[in-house]
Amino acid sequence: MTDEEIKARQERNNIWVGACLIGVAVLVFGVTVVKMMSGHNMEAFDHVYRPALEQSN
Amino acid sequence: MAETTGSHIRHGAEFSDYFRLLKPRVMSLVVFTAAIGLLVAPASVNPVIGFASLLLIALGAGASGALNMWWDADLDIRMRRTADRPIPAGRVTADEALQLGLWLSGFSIALLSITANLFAAGLLAFTILFYVVIYSMFLKRRTPQNIVIGGAAGAFPPMIGWAVATGGVSLEALLMFAIIFMWTPPHFWALALFVKDDYANAGVPMLTVTHGPEVTRRNVFVYAVILAPVALSLSFTEIGSPIYFAVALYLSARFAFGAYRIWRRSQDDALSDDFAVEKQVFRQSLVYLFALFAALYLGDLLQTILPIQWVELF
Repeated sequence: MTDEEIKARQERNNIWVGACLIGVAVLVFGVTVVKMMSGHNMEAFDHVYRPALEQSN
Repeated sequence: MAETTGSHIRHGAEFSDYFRLLKPRVMSLVVFTAAIGLLVAPASVNPVIGFASLLLIALGAGASGALNMWWDADLDIRMRRTADRPIPAGRVTADEALQLGLWLSGFSIALLSITANLFAAGLLAFTILFYVVIYSMFLKRRTPQNIVIGGAAGAFPPMIGWAVATGGVSLEALLMFAIIFMWTPPHFWALALFVKDDYANAGVPMLTVTHGPEVTRRNVFVYAVILAPVALSLSFTEIGSPIYFAVALYLSARFAFGAYRIWRRSQDDALSDDFAVEKQVFRQSLVYLFALFAALYLGDLLQTILPIQWVELF
């Protein structure tokens, strides 16, 4: 296998990996949007106690 | 597990080689049965959540396939059917398969717990663990019951689909599990009858190798007969329908009759026609599972249009 062929194969693989990463990003984004639209509580305690969050649960 | 790729000169794998590690044909069956489990469950799921969950279940199944190929690389190289898999063919190293399997397992389980619920994610984790540790590492090389107990791994997907929608399991989900669990042995033993040499060469104690074809033939018939009432019993649950009942009755009778023909044949008969009946029943078994689950969904779909509770007729 020549260097050019190896390089071409690596480029093809890079494109596939890139496509998979974009797919994951779209998937996570889509799920997040749906969860937020359906009223899921997306906040949590962050170091500081927040009574408002506890009341909403 | 043994290192099988040392003597090969690697030039880097194609992306398709990594994809093949995920056993795409098994994945398609997993996606199909999980989708039916999700669709017939008595709870609606947002299409985006449903699609993402099925994708993650497929990834989890693929991860277990990669881990299985990592562990079984030394067996695969000795079997004609599997010698061209990416690891024995030297296109991917066993270590790469292990890493891919572990990362995809963690990714799919973690994301399913967020996308769907913890119960579904826990079931997916158990399925991967069952297939890789219990089936691949312990049962496959030790006992002819490997395919019987190991079949549970392939039976979990509709249950996971159901859990995605409902957050739990019920009688219906358990019966879907039981159908695939009972279907797996006759399906694989029909295959093992005509690829017996492969398993013998690799030292895998399939029933055909340890107990011979006559016992295997009898077992194919026994399991096919037991499968029939299990499949039919789903008709009389909340997700059953007249369409499902009719299809289950016809397919189960056909499958049992095919298994009967296998049982009544001698090995000489099979050799004389190159295992024509065994190959035919093996193909029928694939159609059996596909059509049964398709009928389940079709019946459920029609019930939403004509809301007659058929189960109340009994």
